[in-house]
Order: sequence, then structure tokens, then C-alpha cells
Amino acid sequence: MSEPVDEEELTEEQAEELIDELDALETARLERQTGEGAQELTRGQRELVLTGGHWPEPESDETMIINMGPQHPSTHGVLRIMMELDGETLVRSKAVIGYLHTGMEKTAEELMYVQGSTNVTRMDYASPLSNELVFSLATERLLDIEVPDRAQWIRMLLVELNRISSHLLFQATNGMDLGAVSMMLFGWREREETLRLLEQITGLRMNHNFIRPGGVAADLPDGWQESVLHVCELVEAGIDDYDRLLTENPIFQERTVGVGTITTQQCLDLGITGPILRSTGFPWDLRKEQPYLKYPEVDFDVVYTENGDVYDRYRIRLFEIAESIRIVRQCVEKMPPGDYRVQDRKVTPPPRARINESMEALIHHFKLFTEGFRVPAGETYVAIESPRGEIGCYIVADGTAKPYRLHIRGPSFYNLQSMAPMVEGAMVADAVAIVSSIDPILGEVDR
Amino acid sequence: MNPGRLLAADPLFSNGIDLTVVLIVIGKTIAVFVLLLVLVLFYIWFLRKVIADMQNRVGPDNAGPFGVLQALADGIKLFFKEQTIPDSADRRMFLLAPYLSLLPAFLAFSIIPIGGVVTVAGHRTLVQLADPQIGILFLLMMSGIGIYGVMLAGWSSGSKYPLLGSVRASAQLLSYEAALGLAVAAVLIQAGTLSTRGIVARQLWVGSWSTFGDWPVWNWFLWPTVIAFFIFLIAAVAETNHPPFDLVEAEQELVGGFHTEYSGIRFAIFFLAEFMNLITMCAIAVTLFLGGPAGPALGFVSANGWINAWIMPIFWFLTKLVILLFGTVWVRASLPRLRYDQLMDLGWKYLIEAAFLFAMVSGVYVIARQENWPGWVYVAAPVGAVAVYAILYLCIPRRDELSEEIR
Repeated sequence: MSEPVDEEELTEEQAEELIDELDALETARLERQTGEGAQELTRGQRELVLTGGHWPEPESDETMIINMGPQHPSTHGVLRIMMELDGETLVRSKAVIGYLHTGMEKTAEELMYVQGSTNVTRMDYASPLSNELVFSLATERLLDIEVPDRAQWIRMLLVELNRISSHLLFQATNGMDLGAVSMMLFGWREREETLRLLEQITGLRMNHNFIRPGGVAADLPDGWQESVLHVCELVEAGIDDYDRLLTENPIFQERTVGVGTITTQQCLDLGITGPILRSTGFPWDLRKEQPYLKYPEVDFDVVYTENGDVYDRYRIRLFEIAESIRIVRQCVEKMPPGDYRVQDRKVTPPPRARINESMEALIHHFKLFTEGFRVPAGETYVAIESPRGEIGCYIVADGTAKPYRLHIRGPSFYNLQSMAPMVEGAMVADAVAIVSSIDPILGEVDR
Repeated sequence: MNPGRLLAADPLFSNGIDLTVVLIVIGKTIAVFVLLLVLVLFYIWFLRKVIADMQNRVGPDNAGPFGVLQALADGIKLFFKEQTIPDSADRRMFLLAPYLSLLPAFLAFSIIPIGGVVTVAGHRTLVQLADPQIGILFLLMMSGIGIYGVMLAGWSSGSKYPLLGSVRASAQLLSYEAALGLAVAAVLIQAGTLSTRGIVARQLWVGSWSTFGDWPVWNWFLWPTVIAFFIFLIAAVAETNHPPFDLVEAEQELVGGFHTEYSGIRFAIFFLAEFMNLITMCAIAVTLFLGGPAGPALGFVSANGWINAWIMPIFWFLTKLVILLFGTVWVRASLPRLRYDQLMDLGWKYLIEAAFLFAMVSGVYVIARQENWPGWVYVAAPVGAVAVYAILYLCIPRRDELSEEIR
């Protein structure tokens, strides 16, 4: 680049030259950024790194920079990890996200509250009911309505079933990432049963749109108790299988014990919640700490361990499945009779049969699905415990039928930041195990 | 000793070489090649079916009865698929590498005794392609050459994951070749010969090949060398890059390892070579430890009839082979993958010492028997070996201690 020139002294020719030069630099920068990403990290071009701060100078020329993902079998979707390798050891690493960005939070500003849960349910697609629940709770708090007891119990039942299926998914993928392919199929086997049950109750396997502001979409189907208890037994048998297959397996322990350790302080600094935080000996569970729904009325324990390694995170999720089964059984036992949604026709639609006979019902139905309901101006933040940690919903309402702003605090996004401290000095295979133990859902990371 | 004797100790050549002999040799070559290919196809189907059963699945069931033709169908599909070569690849090496790994895999199988002695067109011959006197050394040679295919494939792909895979492959082979060789040495000391046929003959009650009527199980080298047997199996699985030692192509870490950039039939050839290697290693284990094709003959038919001369030895050989292959499938279904440094630890810190000490104890026993040494030697040798192993075990720093030092 030529010397800085005072703008006023520039002749037209010089100015053109300078512009050309800057254009060339900009083109080169864009080329580097859109080309192989690893080049961003090499010496001399580091000032062009735009994300996540600078990396220190490479220590030697012996290292290799490798991109794991976004197309890689064990990056849980489209996570990309830039790694600098010295042989097999990671010198440093950086998670690059944004490959699944779909603008859901912005979309939410264009959707009415009635449509909102259809949107949020697609963020964390492994536990969609948590997303729906947190959105519904936030909306209900703004509306200042109280949901009937039965609706709350149904919600709790569903969310816990969803927690089971999500943790089963973790067991499956975690096993596969460590090379235990049988574990993947076992995990999938039980998850399939859980999803089948959710389908029986909600009508869909994923993205249920079942928990809505004002209650749930429908009452529980006939014979749901038997189905739920049957699935509980199946999953319990499955947990025994996993326990026998992996927990005491010496190779599994070699691969996981002491790998990817993190401390409570680091977790708190980075805002990490859920099983990762609990694995460090900090029994923080919003179901106990800030109770919502009917959690104070059921009996369950918060599972936590002391070591904060991959093995502990595996065990925590395994035992949390058992705790969720406990809650589900109590839900079956204590499910009260009553209504499954508020009977406020401004918030929930009238029964289908009433539309044929009542003009008022027809109008309510029409108004609800064309204009939605107005939510008083205000803002709120509601947080619940999703399988991955604290999922929060922040809504700013401006008095119309659509949120002015909706933000979801996705636990995966925060948890993913724990990867960098955990993989420090680990090996490639450890990095895979660590990312797997974070259990990120990229849909939620990018939203 | 004439050179022919060095290469092949087969009664076929004892009366000179004529056209029939040449044809028999060609026929045997084709037969062994076809057998190995059929074994690979069978093994792939067997693997998928057994693993499917262990994982509550159905497995392949469309192509042919019970899906037995699935592997063949996959092979045909791969044969007609487009084969890509990356721009960054070293073309010549990239094209050569698959064949470099296939050829040794096949050659190594040629020394396996598959059956007993049969008479074909008036010539007595071994059911075995070659019986060189260097026998087992030939196997070690071939497995050493075979790794070039993997190494060059990874290096010539001009891509990072394959490179990591091939680096892992060469390190893994180096580490486990030693343990494998020492485990084999324990048997060789007992057998006193390198020839595979000779080793099998030593495992019969009588050195004669015509008697399959005895039940020779107690004469197998498995019993005096049981530790070497397990070391051999571990090292063999590690050397052929099969789970739980499949770090070379660890899908979850290196995408596909050394064959990431390969497609079509070249990719299939790598797979073929890999399964061939596994089958060869299991066949070698059968030969070294389980008496090879030896087994009881059928008593109700003529002892020298075609059933007892042809079918039964091959039947016993294949039975033992399938049992070992089932073991590999079982391990594959139940164990997670080891990490690179753990693999090295297992090889260098545990297996090599154990195999070395066991070979020495084995040697002491053989010599003590020949020289009529006093009885206490038989106790002192293993006790000493265990003591040495214990001292080594305590002296070798653990990984966590090492990493403490580095920090």
C-alpha cells in the first residue's frame, strides 16, 4: 500500500489509483474469506479475522490447520470447528457457527402469538416441546392468565417425555461419536418408542405445536396411561442396556474419564447451564430453583457429579432419563380431571362442534385465526430447564397481536462456548467426544 | 537345497514339472483367489447380518435369499460408479495405491493350509497354494508391504484427513507388527519350523497327514501359547484396522481416513483388501493356534475316501475360521474406539512386553524339555517373567503422570 496521502492534495488520477488499490485489497480479503476458511488463520492475514477475536501467533510451522465441518459426520449438524493440530494434538480451536441460521427470531416478529409456537418449536428440534412451553409461558405471563391444572400436568408430562427422547438421542450420538455403533442403534430404538408415544398424544413426532398459549392443543387420547407406562418400562429396560454396554466398559472409560474437564467457575463465567454445569458439582436445575408448572408437587432429584468430564456428562444424562421417568409416572398417577386449556375465547379457539351451531363461536374462531389476540404492551423473560440447560424466552410486546421482539436464550449456543476451554490440549478424537458431550443442537445455536 | 524347495515344499513337484503340474498350480491359484473373494463376500454379509441381529435390526435382506448377495450387489454398483480424482492428488500414486494394498492381501493368503493332501489327476498335492519354508515370515513381509497401499493412498490424496489417516496407519502398523511378530515367535519356538504346513503337522498327534481320526484339540498350540494367542488376535485386529482399532478410517474423526477421496471401484478395492487382510489374519490364527484344517474325520465313510480327504479338512478349517470371524464381529458390535495415544500405549507398554516375555518363557520350556533341565526351571521361568512384567508395569509412567510433567 502506498503512503497515506492527505485527501485534499489528491489529484484525480491519484484518487482513482487509491480507489483501485483499495478495491483490490477488498477483493483479496473477500476471496480469502469466502475461500478455504482455514486461510483466515494463517500468519500475515490474521488482521482480517472478523469473528471471535484474534488467535495468538502460531508457535511453529509444524502445525496443520484443519476444518472439521460443516460437513463432517460428527459435528451434530453443521457446526464447523477450526483446529490447529500439532500431530494429533489440538493446539487451539474455534467453533464457527451460522451455517443453519434461518432467522427464526426475526420471523417471530411477523407471526402472531397464535402462530408463534409453530415457529419456536423448530429451533431446538430435539426437544421442541421445551421451546413451545417457554414461549407459551412467556405469552401467558404477558396476558396474565392462569392455565388450568390439567393443562399444566399435561405440559409437564410432555416436556419430561421430550427430555427422555432428547437424552436418548444424546446417548445414541455420543455412543456413535466414540465408535460404539451399537449404542447408537439402542438409543434410537428407545427414542423411537418415545417419539411414537408423543405422536400418539400430539399427532406429530417432532415440531408438535401442541403446547400453545392458553394450554395445550388437545386433551390426552384414550388409553394414554397404558401407553405412557409401557414406554416407561421400555426406556427403563433400555437404560439398563446402556449401563451394561458402556458405563463400566474400560475402553469407554479410557475415552471419557478426565477428558474435556471444566470447572464450575468457568461454567458460570460462560453462562453454561444444564448437564454440563451439573457435571461440575453445581446442582443447578431450574425445575427446583425457579419452579414452574407443577414441579414442586412431584418428587424427583437433581442429578449432579463432581468431575465435569465427558464421562460425568454421559452419566448425568443417563440418570436424568431415570428421573424423568419418575416424574412421568407421577404425572400418570396425579393427572387431575378438568380442562386442558383456558376457556377464554380470546386466547383459545372454541370447540369445533360449537362453530356449526353458534355464531359467536364462529366469530371467535375466525377472529382468533385471522387477527390473533392482542397482548398488552410490556416485556418479560421466562426461563425453564430444557434437556440442554436454561432455555429462556424474552418477549417485548407492543400491544398488537405480534411480538415486537422475540429472543430465545438457546442453551446450546451458550454451552457451545465451553468447547474452546475443554478441548485445549486434547486430541482429535477427544474433540469429537467433547463436542458430542456438549450435545449442541445447531438449529438452536443459530436460530 | 534347491531353490524350488525353498519356495514350495509340495509333493506335487517331487516328480518333476510337466504340463499337468502347471495346470494344477494355475487351477489352485484361481481356486484360492475365488475362495478368498467368496469368503470376503460371505464375511461382509455375515458381519452385517450378525451385527444387525445384535442391534435389533434386520440387516440386508433384499438381494438374494437372506440378502447374501448384498455385498456382490454393492460391488457391482461400485464398479459402475464414477471415479473421481482430486486435483490436488498425486495421480500416479493415487491410482496405484488400491492395488498396492490388494496384492499383498491376496499373496498373504496363499500360504494358508486350507485342507490336507489330495490326489488330483494322479498327482498328490497340498490343498494350499504355496508352502514356502519361510512360511510365516512371508506373512509378516506381506502385511508390511500392505501398509504401503494405505500410506500412499492417504499421502497421495493431497487432502488433510487422508493424511492424518495414513500417518495413523503407519504408526499403528509399526507398533503392532512387533507384538504380532513376538506372539508368532512363541508358536514358532514350540513348532520349530516356519512352514505353515509344518506348524499344522506339529499340532497333530502323529506327524502324518493321513490321520484325521484323532481328536487333536489338546495338541493345539493354543494351550501352551494361550497368552500369545490373545496377543496375536489383538495385534491382528489392530494391524488390519478393524474396530475397536479402526482409527485409520475412524468415520467420526477423520470422515473416511485414508480412503476419504476414493470412490467407485478403487474404494471397493480398499475394502476388499481390508477384509481380505482380516480373513488372512484369522486364517493364520487358525493355522498357528487351532490346528489349521485338522479335525476328526467321519468314521462311517472310508478314511481315505474323497469326503475325508477333501471335504472334512476344509470343513474344519472354515468352521474354525468362521468362529474367529464371529469374534471380530462381536468385538465390533460391542466396543467403542480407542484413542490414538491409548492405542500406542496398549501396543508399546503392554502387548510388546507381554509377547516378548512370553516368547522367552516359551523358549525356556522347549529347551528345558530337550536338555532335561531340572523341574524348578518350569516354575522359575514364568515367575521370573511375571516379576519382570510387574517391574516394567510399575516403572512405565502413566499417561496422566506424563502429561503432568509436560505441563
